[in-house]
Amino acid sequence: MNLDLSTSKGLMIGLLPELVLTVWGLVLLAVVAWRHKTARDLRLAGWVTLAGLASSAVAVWWLWWNRAGATGITPMMAVDDFRYVSDWLFLGAGALTVMFSFAYLERESLLAPEYYVLLVFATIGMMLMAGGEDLIVIFLGLELMSVCVYVLAGFDRRSARAAEAALKYFLLGAFASAFLLYGIALAYGATGTTNLSMIGMQVASLGLAKSPLLLIGLGLLLVGFGFKTAAVPFHMWAPDVYDGSPTPVTGFMATAVKAAAFVALARVLVEGFSATAAWHSIVVGIAVLTMVVGNLVALAQRSLKRMLAYSSVAHAGYLLVAVSAGSPQGNAAVLFYLAAYGLTSIAAFALVAARGRGGESDLQIDDLAGLSIDKPWLAFALAVCMLSLLGFPGTAGFIGKWYILLAAVSAGKGWLATVLVLTSLISAGYYLPVIMAMYMRPVPFANAHAGLKFGRLGLVALAACIAAVIYFGVLPHQLLVLARDSGATIHPASLTAPVAGN
Amino acid sequence: MYDHLILTILLAWPLVAAAALWLVPEGRAKHVALVAALIEFGVSVPLWWRFVPSGGMQFDANVPWIAGWGISYHVGLDGISLFLVLLTTFLVPLSVLGSFTYITKRERGFYANLLVLTTGMIGVFVALDLFLFYVMWEVMLIPMYFIIGIWGGERRLYAAIKFFIYTMFGSLLMLVAILGLYFIVGSRTGTYSFDYGFLLGNATGLGSLAWWFFGAFFLAFAIKVPMFPFHTWLPDAHVEAPTAGSVILAGVLLKMGTYGFLRFALPFFPEVALSPTVQAVVVTLSLIGIIYGGLVAMVQPDVKKLVAYSSVSHLGFVMLGIWALTLQSVQGALLVMINHGLSTGALFFLVGMLYERRHSRLIEAFGGLARVVPLLATTLTIVSLSSIGLPGTNGFVGEFLILIGAFRTYPWAAGIATTGVIVAAMYLLWALQRVIFNKLDKQENEHLPDLSWREVAVLVPILAGIFWIGLYPKPILQRMEPAAQHLIDTLRPGAQAALK
Repeated sequence: MNLDLSTSKGLMIGLLPELVLTVWGLVLLAVVAWRHKTARDLRLAGWVTLAGLASSAVAVWWLWWNRAGATGITPMMAVDDFRYVSDWLFLGAGALTVMFSFAYLERESLLAPEYYVLLVFATIGMMLMAGGEDLIVIFLGLELMSVCVYVLAGFDRRSARAAEAALKYFLLGAFASAFLLYGIALAYGATGTTNLSMIGMQVASLGLAKSPLLLIGLGLLLVGFGFKTAAVPFHMWAPDVYDGSPTPVTGFMATAVKAAAFVALARVLVEGFSATAAWHSIVVGIAVLTMVVGNLVALAQRSLKRMLAYSSVAHAGYLLVAVSAGSPQGNAAVLFYLAAYGLTSIAAFALVAARGRGGESDLQIDDLAGLSIDKPWLAFALAVCMLSLLGFPGTAGFIGKWYILLAAVSAGKGWLATVLVLTSLISAGYYLPVIMAMYMRPVPFANAHAGLKFGRLGLVALAACIAAVIYFGVLPHQLLVLARDSGATIHPASLTAPVAGN
Repeated sequence: MYDHLILTILLAWPLVAAAALWLVPEGRAKHVALVAALIEFGVSVPLWWRFVPSGGMQFDANVPWIAGWGISYHVGLDGISLFLVLLTTFLVPLSVLGSFTYITKRERGFYANLLVLTTGMIGVFVALDLFLFYVMWEVMLIPMYFIIGIWGGERRLYAAIKFFIYTMFGSLLMLVAILGLYFIVGSRTGTYSFDYGFLLGNATGLGSLAWWFFGAFFLAFAIKVPMFPFHTWLPDAHVEAPTAGSVILAGVLLKMGTYGFLRFALPFFPEVALSPTVQAVVVTLSLIGIIYGGLVAMVQPDVKKLVAYSSVSHLGFVMLGIWALTLQSVQGALLVMINHGLSTGALFFLVGMLYERRHSRLIEAFGGLARVVPLLATTLTIVSLSSIGLPGTNGFVGEFLILIGAFRTYPWAAGIATTGVIVAAMYLLWALQRVIFNKLDKQENEHLPDLSWREVAVLVPILAGIFWIGLYPKPILQRMEPAAQHLIDTLRPGAQAALK
């Protein structure tokens, strides 16, 4: 299906998933305005959210199935498989977060259904980021997402930690946005456009690859994205924010928010700056730093939630390795890894949420001692998560890491692949103790784990995550093909490409 | 039909059995596991007859797995892997039987891990796709990690994580090397595939990259063997693991390293592996391993640690035999791999039996056992003598073949290695003297029970193997010879090129 983006009909079809979700978001607002008192109202809002996410996912599927695309350079929003697959990632992560939040919000008596409204609008922001073909659209999406997530981080009003997290996130996020915006301005100054493909063409045709204005703009863009992806040295906010936020929100931030920043980064670099070779070495440098620092600092954590927060920094490093390849294979690896990491990480945070109390930041790794005896299935689930994060064969995390390594090796960066495997060896030092505590230490006292409870919906979501992690670890072919085909759909525009619409 | 399905059945059956264990009551788990392991062994036995020595790779099955990336489920057997598979299926039921009284908590989990481990071990030996090989190589880490970490001795957590991280360090670098090989061969030929045969046929002229790749493979395998400076995980893992874990570790897992050299590191990079520098390094490290392992074994107060260090020594012989690259030495190396599995496996069983009786593994806790437990003492003596390499037992045949083979390539090294046999006699005979002879001066030892029928059932098959190989090794050597010859023939041009 070829969309003519110059007509409003074509534009509407191209934006269908976002529009559907926006309509559902408005419906949800109305529902929440009427019913916002009891736990039942909260559940209602949750179900409406799930319905909205699902129908948006169906709209994405419809576009994908009909191979919706546009010829030439698209203004504002891209219509390609890369966007569709990214949208699925956000919608899936959002839906899982909702499912895990049902029991959590009631337990922590956060009886405010606005939680779900914020989640829906954050997701719309992510979808705009993933599809943004114009730096301005990406920026708008980023702001929409960020503002919602700032509020979500501080959603537990009674918790001082959550307030600290939200404020920290907001201040540093505002800084990052400013960097990004300044970078956009400079890129516009150098090329006269904010459209990514046009920037790419201008750079190539006017020989701007060494233009200081453009390079400074690119540098500022990288700083902005560095903040959002929590890459070292722009990661300082991440552990505190991840630690202080309500745990399902942490899971959402570590997966969906991070995924949005990464797909936008990949698109900006590949479509806009493939002629500007300078970013490769910068991204490689940041990747190495992120992997080393993230893994080493995670090693020193005793709190489970904080350990997962730092490990999420380390995983940003692995993803940057894939981005630095700058090849279709690298983009595909980004998508696959985000899916694998997202499934695993959301499940792990959900388990932390189910075990802990009052923000979970006091949950130590050693508190899991003997979990395998009391709750063998939940211990098994967490063990699978740890192995997948470690990148162990038989889990999706391994295939993801393997794919990133493949991208790095075929981009001629064998040494970077070596750094990746060596730093992920460090991660064995903090993932294994979790397994060790659960399986190899005795239960400290009777009923130590009696508090570990999941809602029915949460259990379904957890089982789905774990099953998917194992399934994609053993039979990853379909997902790999999907990632490969989608990763190839973002590429620098050729100079002769016609401009679609105006 | 049998020929193409057999390996898949051998790989799948333990997994099915491990899953089925969760359906039976805790107390029945060991019996079910024993039956499952015996069936596994029974299924593998016909391989012995159906195997055609001159037939190269056989019993192969090849099904696309991740087709878009040239990954397939490709398995097969040749004269090198046949015996390792049989050794595995032979030792697993004995390990199950030997754990009946040793493992008293969380039995289901233990036997399930042991069975999953079986799949991993067999998978490593039959994989003919480098991706599949890597997956199997890593997968078998987890059950072993649990076996050491949950059912091990006092310092089990430390030993388990050390074992895991050492092994993973080497194998992750190997993964990068595998990917590099895949990519380079793929970009040259246009076909991207992890298939063993394909990569082997096209991995020529890699230049200096071959050194890096070989280095990564070398590290992975040398840690597993373990060769001298990489051996420090071994004493901890062996000592802390429960008896069955030690038996499987020594009997099978160590062989994965030497198998990796024979199957991958040498055939892929013969110019590097047989360059004078690498030869000198490997031979030196093997000799250090032989002598140092023996000397350290001699001063151990703990019998289990003594046996563990003796492994370092024995595996040094294997490495020397492989690198000497004569028909005798390679066959000898293959034979020692099996012998070590039998003799050291039996030694670990016996140490475990002593431990169950006395709850101590210290040599000084025993003395004069020959009068109290004559059957156990006799078996221990026979097994020790076979480990030393007394003529008439299996140990003699293997080490003798290695020494005469190596003498042609490295006369000096063979001479030094011979002293290793003497050192082995010293540490084992001395330990034997202090444990079962000397005076019966400890009261606790006066009423130890002798071997039970179950324990006899564990030991007799191994003893039979020890004498069979010692007295009539011909059927085994016959089946190994073409594969060993083939290996030498493919490597020799590379060796000669390297020497020029």
